[in-house]
Amino acid sequence: MIREFSQSEFLFILASARWTLLLTVLALLLGGVLGFVVAIARASRLAPVRALAAGWIGMIQGIPVLMLLFLSYYGLSLAGFDMPPVFAASVSMAIYASGYLGEIWRGAIQSVAWQQWEASAALAMSRAQQYRYVVLPQAMRIAVPPTVGFIVQLVKNTSIVSIIGVVELARAGNLINNATFQPFKVFGTVALIYFMICWPISLLARRLEGKLNAGRTG
Amino acid sequence: MPVVRVEGVHKRFGAVEVLKGIDLTVEGGQVIAIIGRSGSGKSTLLRCINGLEQIQAGRIEVAGHGLDASAKGLRDLRKDVGIVFQSYNLFPHLKVGENIMLAPRVVLGVGKAEARRRAEAALAEVGLAERFEAWPDNLSGGQQQRVAIARSLAMQPKVMLFDEVTSALDPELTGEVLQTMERLALHGMTMLLVTHEMAFARRVATTTVFMHQGRIWEQGPSERIFSAPETPELRQFLGGGLK
Repeated sequence: MIREFSQSEFLFILASARWTLLLTVLALLLGGVLGFVVAIARASRLAPVRALAAGWIGMIQGIPVLMLLFLSYYGLSLAGFDMPPVFAASVSMAIYASGYLGEIWRGAIQSVAWQQWEASAALAMSRAQQYRYVVLPQAMRIAVPPTVGFIVQLVKNTSIVSIIGVVELARAGNLINNATFQPFKVFGTVALIYFMICWPISLLARRLEGKLNAGRTG
Repeated sequence: MPVVRVEGVHKRFGAVEVLKGIDLTVEGGQVIAIIGRSGSGKSTLLRCINGLEQIQAGRIEVAGHGLDASAKGLRDLRKDVGIVFQSYNLFPHLKVGENIMLAPRVVLGVGKAEARRRAEAALAEVGLAERFEAWPDNLSGGQQQRVAIARSLAMQPKVMLFDEVTSALDPELTGEVLQTMERLALHGMTMLLVTHEMAFARRVATTTVFMHQGRIWEQGPSERIFSAPETPELRQFLGGGLK
C-alpha cells in the first residue's frame, strides 16, 4: 500500500531532525574539547607531544568517517560493549570532529605573530596566561570562519550514521520515501530542513566575525 | 648594589658565538647606550638580560634575581625588567588602556582600580593620557611605541631595556619616542638601550658601550666615547656612523 506524504509523514521527518541536531551538538562538544587539546598539543614546546597530536590529526583525516563509524559500532560491540547505535554514532562523529577542529585551531593559534608570544612572555606571563589573554583571543578571530564551515559540514555528514540504523534526518527521509514514492516532496523536505539548520549557523558566524573584528582596521 | 650584573656571558646560535664573554654592570639610575654594527651582539645581549635568549655560560643577575633555568625564576625576574621592541608588539585585540592593565592585573594581581590608576599614570608619562580608549591599530607608529613603553612602565620595573625602538619609525616619529625616553631618564629610570641614534646616546646616556664582534670593545662616559674614541674600531664605526 502506498501512503500519502501528509502531515504525519512530514512530522516524522521533522522530529527525526532532533537526532541530527543531537549528534551535531555532541560531536561538537566532545570533539571540540578533544580538538582543543589536540590543537594545544600540536603547538607544544615538547616534540613528542607535538608528534602525538600530529599523528592523531593525520590518522583521523586519513580515515573515512564511515570507517570510524564501523570501528566504534562493530568494534566496540565485539569488544563486549553493548550500546545503542546513537552512542557509537556520537563517539565516531566526535573523533572525526576532533581531528578537523584540532587542525583548524592549530592553524589559528600558529598564525598569531610570534612577537605576541615574546611580548607577553617579557611581561612575565605564564604560558597559560599567554594563551588565555593574548593568543587565544587573537586566534579565535582567525578560527571562526573555518570552524563554522566545518560545523556546517558536520551537520550534513551526520547523515552517514543512518548506515548503522540511527533514524536521523536522512534516514527518516529514506523511510518515508520508501512508503510514499514521492522522492521530490520527501527529499525536498529533508533538504529544506538541513538548510534551515545550516543557514542560521552561517548567519550567526557572520555576526560573530563582525564582533571579533572590533578595533581592527586591517 | 647594581641593578643589572652580567658576568662572563657567552651565547651561541648553533656554531656561531654571538657573545664571547660579556661583563657589564648597571647601577640604579644609570642610562647605558649600547652601540655597534649589526651582528655585533648588542640586541642579543639585551634579550639575554630578560631571558628571551638562553645563555650558555656566565651569570646574569637583575634586581637580586639570578637568571636560572626554572620558569618560575624567569618570571620573577621579568617582573622587574621591562623591554620595548622595535616592532611595538601591542596586543591588537585590546584597547590601549587594556594593553597596559593586562599584565599588572593577571601577573601581579593588582586590583582593577589600581591597575587603571597605574595605566593612566603610565600613559600620562608617555604623553598619551587621552588615548586610553583607542585601539592600537588607530595609532601612529610613534604613538604605538609610546604605548608599548607605558605598558612596560605599568609593571613598575627596576630597569627598562630598549631594543632599537626607533628603527622602524620615520625621523619625525623617532623624535617623539626619543623625547619620551629622555623624560624617563630624567625621572631616574635605569635604562639600557641598543640604539643607532648616536646624538641621543651622547646626550642622554651616562655611559656608552661599544660592542664589536661579540665583545664589549670599549666603554666609558658617553661624552668621552664620542669625542675621544680610543680603539680604531670605534673610531671607524663613529666615522661611518656620524657621516
